[in-house]
Amino acid sequence: MALVTTIYGEMDDSLLEKKEGSLDNDNETTSWVEYWLDGELVHRSVNMALKRSVVGTAIAASIA
Amino acid sequence: MCTSFKVDMFNAVHAFNATGVPAHTAGVADTFKAALYLVSATVDSTTTAYSSTGEVTGTNYTAGGVTVTFGTAPSSTSTTAFITPSASIVYTTVTLSTSFNAVLIYNSTQSNKAVSVHTFGAQTITAGTFTLTMPTNDSTNALLRLA
Repeated sequence: MALVTTIYGEMDDSLLEKKEGSLDNDNETTSWVEYWLDGELVHRSVNMALKRSVVGTAIAASIA
Repeated sequence: MCTSFKVDMFNAVHAFNATGVPAHTAGVADTFKAALYLVSATVDSTTTAYSSTGEVTGTNYTAGGVTVTFGTAPSSTSTTAFITPSASIVYTTVTLSTSFNAVLIYNSTQSNKAVSVHTFGAQTITAGTFTLTMPTNDSTNALLRLA
């Protein structure tokens, strides 16, 4: 038994339907967990690891 | 270009002109924040500063986002300088019902000037936590790199 934070406050997870998913592409690796109560989404959390960082290019200028 | 100069750029060491040069206190880092933006918002490499226009709203989300921790000094390997936040960016127990797909990292100490925009697959959060886990802090994967 564990408590889950929902839109209705803390609820026992045994009362909820749990759904999990994940996504992995060139941009991110993402996983999520959802808890549903009688067909209503009451909790959704996401953990995302970004893969695509920002690269700046510093160009050395020549002196003519 | 000297690699040390690239690292210096992360540390705001050089000022080539007095115009627009912000005040810095030696030994004191600026504060950086991360704000989330809706799918409908326009935030990209042309963004110059944080704006609440198009920012997410919802339970337990504070406009402007959360503080980003840069606990590790900028570094370099070969000719690439790099830095990555030293901790995940976490929005705890929020409800963000409208889809969002971007995070803007900006300098809240220096007039909210923009640093970088990172986009991802659209998400919503319901009474939950959104965690952005940082990549490995090296010359290949770091969140911010100057090559």
